[in-house]
Amino acid sequence: MSDLPLIQADRAVPPPATTTSTGGRRRRLRLLSRTDRVVITLMVLVPLLLVTGFVWMPAAATVLLSGTNWDGIGPLNEIEFVGARNYSDVVNIYPPFVPAVQHNLLWLAALFVVATPFGMFLAVLLDKELRGSRFYQTALYLPVVLSLALIGFVWQLLYSRDQGLINAVFGSSIDWYGDSNVNIWAVMVASGWRHVGYIMLLYLAGLKGVDPPLREAAAVDGASESRTFFRVVFPVMRPINIIVLVVTVIESLRAFDLVWVVNKGRNGLELISALVTQNVVGEASRIGFGSALATIMLVVSLVFITIYLATVMRENRE
Amino acid sequence: MSTATVTRRTEGEADAPPRRRKLTPLRILLHGFLIVVSLAWLFPIAWAVLTSLRSYDYTAANGYVSFGGWTFDNYVTAWRTAEFGQHFINSVYITVPAVLLTLFLASCVAFVIARFSWKLNLVLLGIFTAANLLPQQALLIPLFRLFTEVPLPEFMSDSELLYDSYWGLILINVAFQCGFCVFVLSNYMKALPRDLYEAAMVDGASIWRQYWQVTMPLCRPALAALATLEVTWIYNEFFWATVLMRTGDKFPVTSSLNNLRGEFFTDNNLVSAGSVLVAIPTLVIFFMLQRHFVRGLTLGASKG
Repeated sequence: MSDLPLIQADRAVPPPATTTSTGGRRRRLRLLSRTDRVVITLMVLVPLLLVTGFVWMPAAATVLLSGTNWDGIGPLNEIEFVGARNYSDVVNIYPPFVPAVQHNLLWLAALFVVATPFGMFLAVLLDKELRGSRFYQTALYLPVVLSLALIGFVWQLLYSRDQGLINAVFGSSIDWYGDSNVNIWAVMVASGWRHVGYIMLLYLAGLKGVDPPLREAAAVDGASESRTFFRVVFPVMRPINIIVLVVTVIESLRAFDLVWVVNKGRNGLELISALVTQNVVGEASRIGFGSALATIMLVVSLVFITIYLATVMRENRE
Repeated sequence: MSTATVTRRTEGEADAPPRRRKLTPLRILLHGFLIVVSLAWLFPIAWAVLTSLRSYDYTAANGYVSFGGWTFDNYVTAWRTAEFGQHFINSVYITVPAVLLTLFLASCVAFVIARFSWKLNLVLLGIFTAANLLPQQALLIPLFRLFTEVPLPEFMSDSELLYDSYWGLILINVAFQCGFCVFVLSNYMKALPRDLYEAAMVDGASIWRQYWQVTMPLCRPALAALATLEVTWIYNEFFWATVLMRTGDKFPVTSSLNNLRGEFFTDNNLVSAGSVLVAIPTLVIFFMLQRHFVRGLTLGASKG
């Protein structure tokens, strides 16, 4: 799923009661009957096994496989460790790798420099309790409910060379999805279309959470609106800013559906996620190779997930 | 939590009339800008609806920048050619059990995390939340192998494997979506007064009864918001079905789009009719349950 939610800590939560002292804890445990303890264990264990088995174990296995020459078909005991060879192969003898990294970075830059600030800007405007604000909001986040795969099709109606609206209006004959010079930009516009509404929604919620007296105080002091925003409101929303940053990074790393429906991530639309998939379900299955690519994705995402969790948990404790 | 929002809104309304009355040039500019942006944002969807209602012959002869050739035939053709009926049913088979199971399992973990203040709870929360954020493609290789190794009895899947079965898709969706729900629900549950449990304990209620009869009824708003969100997400899920399914007529709607491309390639009017058909369920959810949808996405943030 390409969606990343805003998971923000609940500031209204009171700090955990002082029962964390060992004495209290032991007493509490004794209050639980044997059935209770079995029930609690099951309540945690079943979901935990599911998440470990389907998410964390495969993630660990990906890292292990990236050091082997396994072909994906042979028995597991024929696996040989080859060290970092897959990584050096990926970098040196795999032509799509460099474009894929460039495209992922470009994707991140486009979302981060254009779509995210624009979404923020719209949120600030819509936070003013305007008449018709509901209409504006609905129009802007309507794309958020559509899947990125579907968005690829909706934009094809504008981008298609022979039947697309853009070429019909401007008299051009560019194949927006097919021409490898422009298609990454075309796809990023479609993805930004969705991202803007999403960021707007998250920031709007964040702005509603800013203490009104804080803004009033700034206004009384004679600060202009833009000054109030940059000097008072924006710094107060630091946790949300970090979360939105991480969400943007992970979204651009996970970008997949859109390029896959267009042309399976080839010919100008290479992305790391698409390369991994090509190496597994494509005609040539190069497992060690694909795993090395996947491990690179994992490492990058884990760095940002850690930042995310640290932010969210700190908020939680406060 | 909601009190903060409510007071805020009444304040806003109280001082809104004087602000609204003076329509300064700046305000007009602001409205003008927002109207232009909103219409631009709606345009791709509106264009898809418009194109889907016109006959291919008419637009081929007169171009797309024209007016006329209205017909419903594209929908009939698209529905029949792409077998949307079957794909919609497949989506229901996957989405409904996956959402129910996700909410049930996530609420169990969230309850334990919120009810007790054990040190391990933080680790547990981290394991679940982080799992939701990993890139799916990074797990694909071992999962693909795992799915092709695990046998299922024939009455569960005609592939007799986890691969190419609804069961496999349901499980992977649940495993992936649990993290988000655990996080939101555990926060929501932590905000409930602890006296409830003390009272329940005095009455001799077991842990299971505390969960099912005390906590869960109080979590209805959060569960409704999450259910709305998860239905949309799992319905929209594209990647897992694309790589873990093989049989064409077992694909859920969103992933079946990939095959549609070949069939409709030369006819944009059919593509648009197909797109509108696929979008309808999410749009219905969006307009009917908008409040839940938005609250689900921003749950926690609105509680400041």
